[in-house]
Amino acid sequence: MSVDVADGPVASAPEAASLLPAIAVRDVSHAYGPRVALSHVSLTVPQSRFTALLGLNGAGKTTLFALITRLYDTREGSIDVLGYRVSREPGEALRRLGVVFQARTLDLDISVMDNLLYHAALHGIGRREARRRAEAALADIDLGDRARDQVRKLSGGQMRRVEIARALLHEPRVLVLDEPTVGLDVASKTAIVRHVRALVRDRGVAVLWATHLLDEVAPDDTVVVLHRGQVLAAGEVAEVVAASGAADIRGAFIEMTGGAAESQG
Amino acid sequence: MSATTIAGSRGFTIGQYVICLRGIAWREALRFLHQRERFVSALVRPLVWLFIFAAGFRQILGVSIIPPYQTYVLYEVYVTPGLMAMIQLFNGMQSSLSMVYDREMGNMRMLLVSPFPRWFLLLSKLFASTAVSILQVYAYLVIAWLWGVDVPAAGWITVLPALALSGMMLGALGMLLSSMIRQLENFAGVMNFVIFPMFFASSALYPLWLVQQSSPFVYTICRLNPFTYAVELTRFALYAEVDWMSLGIVAAMTVLFTAGAILAYDPARGLIARRGGGGA
Repeated sequence: MSVDVADGPVASAPEAASLLPAIAVRDVSHAYGPRVALSHVSLTVPQSRFTALLGLNGAGKTTLFALITRLYDTREGSIDVLGYRVSREPGEALRRLGVVFQARTLDLDISVMDNLLYHAALHGIGRREARRRAEAALADIDLGDRARDQVRKLSGGQMRRVEIARALLHEPRVLVLDEPTVGLDVASKTAIVRHVRALVRDRGVAVLWATHLLDEVAPDDTVVVLHRGQVLAAGEVAEVVAASGAADIRGAFIEMTGGAAESQG
Repeated sequence: MSATTIAGSRGFTIGQYVICLRGIAWREALRFLHQRERFVSALVRPLVWLFIFAAGFRQILGVSIIPPYQTYVLYEVYVTPGLMAMIQLFNGMQSSLSMVYDREMGNMRMLLVSPFPRWFLLLSKLFASTAVSILQVYAYLVIAWLWGVDVPAAGWITVLPALALSGMMLGALGMLLSSMIRQLENFAGVMNFVIFPMFFASSALYPLWLVQQSSPFVYTICRLNPFTYAVELTRFALYAEVDWMSLGIVAAMTVLFTAGAILAYDPARGLIARRGGGGA
């Protein structure tokens, strides 16, 4: 069955469609040769929600992102984006997905605008429409006056904001971000977290936010704890905290992983 | 499709494929314009051969009348198609280098997570880099013509499809190699083990009958080298002729290398996914 929903904010979608997970990962395993990176991972990212994927470095977050975005093929288990199986219909899944990788992926040698236009072309958006969207997106992140600047002239925080604007240019319903605040100063970090939360609240975008920074998790978020390639807990923050017997998410995370979580980037 | 999906527009129109191809070509052109030294060095290399080596070799290297030439030709005339192919060889490897760089820097990921089919994305990149190499070749040809290398008027046009095909073959080879290179530092190996042997063990600098006289073994290697056929295809096309064997071999190698590159970048079967790490 296909639930017919016109492209646009999920908030206006019929109830049946909003029950469909934005991302559904089922029993996914992945190994690099003998090294197991993910083992029977299952998780759900609901629509119009901020889901934090919590894990220490090396937990398997980046591998999971590579599988969701089909940089690598899912050999065991399955991943669906809004009902489209990534391995079977990668085009349909990827056009509904906005991606911000942990490593910077902007072309430093060309202008901010050209980076955005290039991305739009990779999604089949015509030049005039792409320019209109890019100008609006840059105005949205207060970088409208930097459109013609070479990317390498921007600060780290500005580059990250451009990457987020770029990821939204094709109006995806799902946004995945892999450690987007790593290496940024506190002010840039706060601005980016606030911006992404506003996207969830105002535009109904579903967000999967991978991080090891616990101060980026809000009390009403959905949270998934990934550790050594396995999901240790998943659910509302309150549920995860209650199940662990800890006082807060920090305590719960340390309890589960036995590691010291960082609070600052 | 899975049991339940959120519909909306599905697939892409031909117009959108064209937009994507144009976008990839545009970025390639922008990168090229931003790296003017790349353009200059791409021209300096063959011009050094033309201005300096050819001046020396013309006195010691006799070139007999061999097709497509109707008469004895000066060494700089003989070597011109080889140097045109040399530009394409270096450009193919240069785009391989830029793919490894893009992979390390992360830019490559944005290409690979585009919803368009991966084979189409890689072919688009191949077309774009071939177009850049053709521009370089024509720039060289103009300088060679000013230097006194006479090219038939029709040759300027008839060489274009040959350049497109040989550019695709060498670009696809570069793309295939880029999937095998883990790090940028390993690229020096490509210079030593691919570019130089391919260039020198070919008919680019000297006719194969001369090579055969001095070493049948090296001659055999030259005959097995696909670059030899790219050179000969270009040489004949420059004189409005077709060397059918070269055409067939270059076309077959283009298909083979392109298929190999697409396979190598395939997330299900490719080498990159198996290795992990910085990968794609």
